[in-house]
Amino acid sequence: MSAPILEARHVTKRFGGLMANEDINLTLTAPVGQVVSVIGPNGAGKSTLFKMLAGYLKPSSGQILLHGQTITGMSPHRIARLGLVRTFQETTVFPDLTAMEHVSLAHQLHREAHDLEVIFGLPRARGDEIRLSESAREILELMELGAVADTEARHLPQGLLRLLGMAMGLAARPQVLLLDEPYAGLNPDETTRAVNITRKVAASGVSILLVEHDMKAVMAISDRIHVLYFGKKIAEGTPEEIRLDPAVIEAYLGKEDEELGL
Amino acid sequence: MTILAVLLLLPAVLGDSRYLFSVLMNCMGLSLIALGVWLTFTIGRTNICQAGFALIGGYATAIFLAHYHMNFWLALPLSALVAASAGAVIGSFILKLRGIYFSMLTISLTEAIRLAFLNGGDFTQGSRGITDLPQPFGDSVFGLYYLALALLGFGLLLTWRIHYSRVGRIFRAMRLNEDLAESFGTHVWRYRVIAFSVACGLGGLGGSYFAVFTQSIYPQSFSVEHSIYYMLFCFLGGLEFVSGGIVGAFVLTILFELLSQFQQYQTLIYGGLMIAVILLLPNGLMAMTLRRKEVRA
Repeated sequence: MSAPILEARHVTKRFGGLMANEDINLTLTAPVGQVVSVIGPNGAGKSTLFKMLAGYLKPSSGQILLHGQTITGMSPHRIARLGLVRTFQETTVFPDLTAMEHVSLAHQLHREAHDLEVIFGLPRARGDEIRLSESAREILELMELGAVADTEARHLPQGLLRLLGMAMGLAARPQVLLLDEPYAGLNPDETTRAVNITRKVAASGVSILLVEHDMKAVMAISDRIHVLYFGKKIAEGTPEEIRLDPAVIEAYLGKEDEELGL
Repeated sequence: MTILAVLLLLPAVLGDSRYLFSVLMNCMGLSLIALGVWLTFTIGRTNICQAGFALIGGYATAIFLAHYHMNFWLALPLSALVAASAGAVIGSFILKLRGIYFSMLTISLTEAIRLAFLNGGDFTQGSRGITDLPQPFGDSVFGLYYLALALLGFGLLLTWRIHYSRVGRIFRAMRLNEDLAESFGTHVWRYRVIAFSVACGLGGLGGSYFAVFTQSIYPQSFSVEHSIYYMLFCFLGGLEFVSGGIVGAFVLTILFELLSQFQQYQTLIYGGLMIAVILLLPNGLMAMTLRRKEVRA
């Protein structure tokens, strides 16, 4: 078996008496570019797990490793620097900045100029801006946002804002991208488009871990699926295996037809 | 920019009306201090301790001049540096707090700094303050006037450059959503401290200026009340505009002078006007210029 890219070992999170995550094990392995999903009913602990992986919450116990290096309890910006970046469900954006400017801004990790040089507009800072806007344009092209690169965010529809959020995540050039419900609230057309683009991003060499409610999208996109139920992992496998897993069907009982897209 | 140009030429018109000069110099000093408060707004923090840092700057200058007989031109930047460093140290502890919690803490911080200087023993000379500071320009009022203008110009330029650079955008990103800013690798803590420290430095510079302007510094020279005024300047002028704090400082200070004839009603009228402006122009006076531009376009 190949070396894991991201690994969670016995990760547990308690909030007082509430066990939000109990003994979760999860691995993202090579080849890079896999798409792994975490699903589960509301309150299953998906968001908690996500927050712990990206450094927004500290696990009560357990270990999280990125490329074999422990990142448990590190702050999110350090984890981002090491190559794991998360996106948010609602992308808060600057209404008056263009898509391009957003992605360019998100290149925070890849500039050479020091803050003082930036403030006084010295050559190295100007060089950065040129270099970074080129990189931003490439990312926008990959995300199929090239056409709206110079559109201000307030004029962009929800579906494109979601993609813009993903593009901003990519600007940090992560090896692992965590997507928090990337398709929530999108219409079927927008979802199909976003799913295809997610595939493209994965194919460009970024491993993707996503939390999502839209089962159709999850089944279509995932190489592997982890199922959480009341804080515990009850199943793991390929979409095919998950579809037939009795424990999963049990967890979703009564609504399996629509929810699992059977 | 226009304001600065007008201020540059104004002395020629005014002749030597000491009263008008002192009002304008007051406005410029207060504007400089308010710029710092405005900058803290850009990272999403309401700063009500700016008077404390002005006091630090003022006392630093007074102590450098009176106890160490330092050259004023060295004491001025050093005082700003002292205030900025104090801001960095204190900021690194308190900037984790947000919203009302941060504001409440900064109010008490103003008071704490005042008390510290009040109880500073022979060094700060307690409530007697440090007086009879030497004036760098002797009797000439022009010298101090242009010093104020130069300092304000410097403060505005610095704030302007920060706000419209990548660093300023990061500040705004942090104000809108710190988690999002951190997700793409922003060292949020570091930028918060930078913003706060620059803000405190501007406060210290203003305090230093006032110390030589009034040739004295007392613990009550800058108090909680002043901190709140600086914040109001920014609200009045507009938080979305770099010049917001400056416009607010000028309008309110000049208004205050005009209303001084009404003596006992002064604060009442002042308060009423404040409420009216905030209700009618929630984005500040500067928003009026914007609206007119949009209509034209």
